[in-house]
Amino acid sequence: MTANSVLPPSAGRRPISWGTPLTYALALAVAAVSIAPIVYVIVGGFRTTPQIVADPAGLPDPWVWENYARVLTQSDFWRQAFNSAVIAFGTTLGVVVLGLCAAFVIARYTFRGREALNTFFTLGLLFPAGAAILPLYLMLRDLNLINSYYAVILPQVAFSLPITIVILRPFLAAIPRELEDAAAIDGADRLGFLWRIVLPLSRPALVTVGILAFVASWNAFLLPLLVLGDVSLHTLPLGVQNFSSQYTTDTAGVLAFTSLAMLPALLFFTLAEKQIVGGLQGAVKG
Amino acid sequence: MTSTDQTRFPAGGVTAPPAGSRPTGRASSRRAETRRKWYEIVGLTTPALVVYVTFVLVPMGFAFYYSLFRWRGVGPPTEFVGFKNYVLAFQDPIFLDALRNNAIVVFGSLLVQGPLALGVALLLNRRFRGRGAFRLLAFVPYVLAEVTVGIMWKLILTGDGTADELLRALGLGGLVQAWLADLDVVIWTLLFVLTWKYVGFAIILLLAGLSNVPEELTEAAAIDGASWWQTQRHITLPLLGPTIRIWMFLSVIGSLQVFDVVWVTSVPAVRSLGASATMATYMVDNGFFARLWGYGNAVAVILFVISFVAALLFQRFLLRRDIEGAITRRAN
Repeated sequence: MTANSVLPPSAGRRPISWGTPLTYALALAVAAVSIAPIVYVIVGGFRTTPQIVADPAGLPDPWVWENYARVLTQSDFWRQAFNSAVIAFGTTLGVVVLGLCAAFVIARYTFRGREALNTFFTLGLLFPAGAAILPLYLMLRDLNLINSYYAVILPQVAFSLPITIVILRPFLAAIPRELEDAAAIDGADRLGFLWRIVLPLSRPALVTVGILAFVASWNAFLLPLLVLGDVSLHTLPLGVQNFSSQYTTDTAGVLAFTSLAMLPALLFFTLAEKQIVGGLQGAVKG
Repeated sequence: MTSTDQTRFPAGGVTAPPAGSRPTGRASSRRAETRRKWYEIVGLTTPALVVYVTFVLVPMGFAFYYSLFRWRGVGPPTEFVGFKNYVLAFQDPIFLDALRNNAIVVFGSLLVQGPLALGVALLLNRRFRGRGAFRLLAFVPYVLAEVTVGIMWKLILTGDGTADELLRALGLGGLVQAWLADLDVVIWTLLFVLTWKYVGFAIILLLAGLSNVPEELTEAAAIDGASWWQTQRHITLPLLGPTIRIWMFLSVIGSLQVFDVVWVTSVPAVRSLGASATMATYMVDNGFFARLWGYGNAVAVILFVISFVAALLFQRFLLRRDIEGAITRRAN
C-alpha cells in the first residue's frame, strides 16, 4: 500500500476517502434526477388540488394531511395492499421452493438427460410473459382460475423459474463435493444434504431470487389487469391505476395514493439492496 | 479433509465406495440406490416442470393455434382463416407504427441507457464517503412499480403542469411541448420515462460486474502510471464486456415487450392512433379489450417470434462466450 503515497489523492483508491468535489457534484446530480420526481409526488400529496392547479411546482402551503388520511381510511388501499402481499408471498414461496428443488437436481445429480433438462428450463428465458399473456388468459379461463390469487401466482412462478434456475445452479454446483461426502458419511442421504447443508449455505442466493420474485410480483400490472376482473381482488398497481383514472380531478388524492403505494417497495428495497447487488455478482460473472 | 480426499481418489486396487453412496458393495442395494436416485430426481423436478410447461410453453403453442382462426373468444374457435390474421396485422398502419415505436425503444434504450449507466456505474464504483447512499438513490426508480412511474410522470408532464412550469422558470419556455398529446412527440417522451425507470437496472448490473474486476489490476495499472481514465478504458471496460452484453440482451427483450409504462402514461386516444402504441399494447387493445382473440393471438405470435429471433441472434453472436450452451447448444 505504499504505492498510494505516490498517487494523486484524486485517484480515489484509498480505502475510504472523501471524493473530489467533481465526484460529489456528479453523484448529487444523479441522485437528484432519480428522486426529484418521487419527492415531488410525496410532497404533492401534502397539498390541496387547488394549490397544485394554481402553482404546479410549488411547496405545500399549508401542509395538509387530509389526502393521506383519506386514502388510508376511505379507499380500498388496505385491501389492495393485502391482495398484493398474498400474491407476492405466494409467488416468492413458489419460486424459491420449486426453483431450489429443480436447480438442486440439475446441479448435484449425475444422470442421463441432465444437460437436456437444464437447456429445457433455460429455454424459458426466450418465452417472455408479455407475449404469452393472451393465450395465458384463455387457459386460465378454461381452468376456471380467473379471479383467484392462483391466476396470478402460478404464471408468475412459472415465468420466474428459468432465471431462478440459471442463478441458483452455479451457486449450488459450487458447494464443495467434500461437504456432500461428509454428510453421506454422517448418514445423511441426498435429501438430508439438501435440507441440512445446501439450504443454509445457499441462503444468500435464495434471498436474491426471492427478492427479485417478490418485487416483480409486487409491481406486476399486465397479468393482474387481465385475470383479476373482480375489484375485491385488485392489487395495488391496479388500484393506483383505477384511482387515478376515476378521480382525475383529485390530483392531490392521486399523488397521495401513488406515494403510499410505492412506500412498501421502497422500504423493502432499502433493506435488501446489498443483498440484491451481492447476489447478482455471481450471476453476471460470465 | 484428507480422509474424504482418499474417498475421492482411491488408491489403485482399493475399492472405495463411490462418493455420495452408502458404503455397501452389493449389487442389489446399488440398484435400489439407483432407483431411489431416480425417484428423487423425478420427485424434485416434477412440480417445477409441470408449472413451467403448463404456464410457459403450452400457452405459446395455443397462441399459434388460435391465431389461425377468426374468433371472438366464445366457444371453441371454428372459423379457420389460415394466416390471414398475420397478413392483416402487417397491413394495419397502426401495427406498423407499433413496430416502429418498439424499434425506437429498443435502440433508444441501448444508445441512451448504456453510456449513461456506464458513466454512473464508474462514478459510483469510486470509493468515497456516502457512496452507498448515492447507489441506493440511483436504484430507486428501478424498484418503483411501472404503474406508479407512469402515473407520476403523467401528472408531471400534463399540459401546463410541473414540467412545463419548471422549463418556463428556467427560461426554456420555448421547449414546452404537448408531451403526451403531440403525436410526433409522445414516443420520445415515453422513451425518456422508460430511460428514467430502467437505467437503474443497468447501473445495478454494471456495479455488480465492476465489483468482480480485481482491485489488484487497477492498482497495478495505477502504479504503472495509468490515469483513472486510462485504467477504465483499457482494464475495467474490457473486463465488463460480459456484463454489458447480458444487460443489452435483457434490455432488448424488455424493450420489445414493453407494456406497463406505455399503457399507463399514454392517453388511449393517442395510443389508438398508433403514436404511442407498442406491439404489446396493440395486442392487448385488440385481443383482450376488442375481443379479437384470433387476431390478438397472431400479434402475440409475431411479438414472440421477433423476441425469439432477437434472443437467438444475441446468443449466437454476442453472448456465446458468456452463457455458453445455456440457451442454444454449442455450434459444434
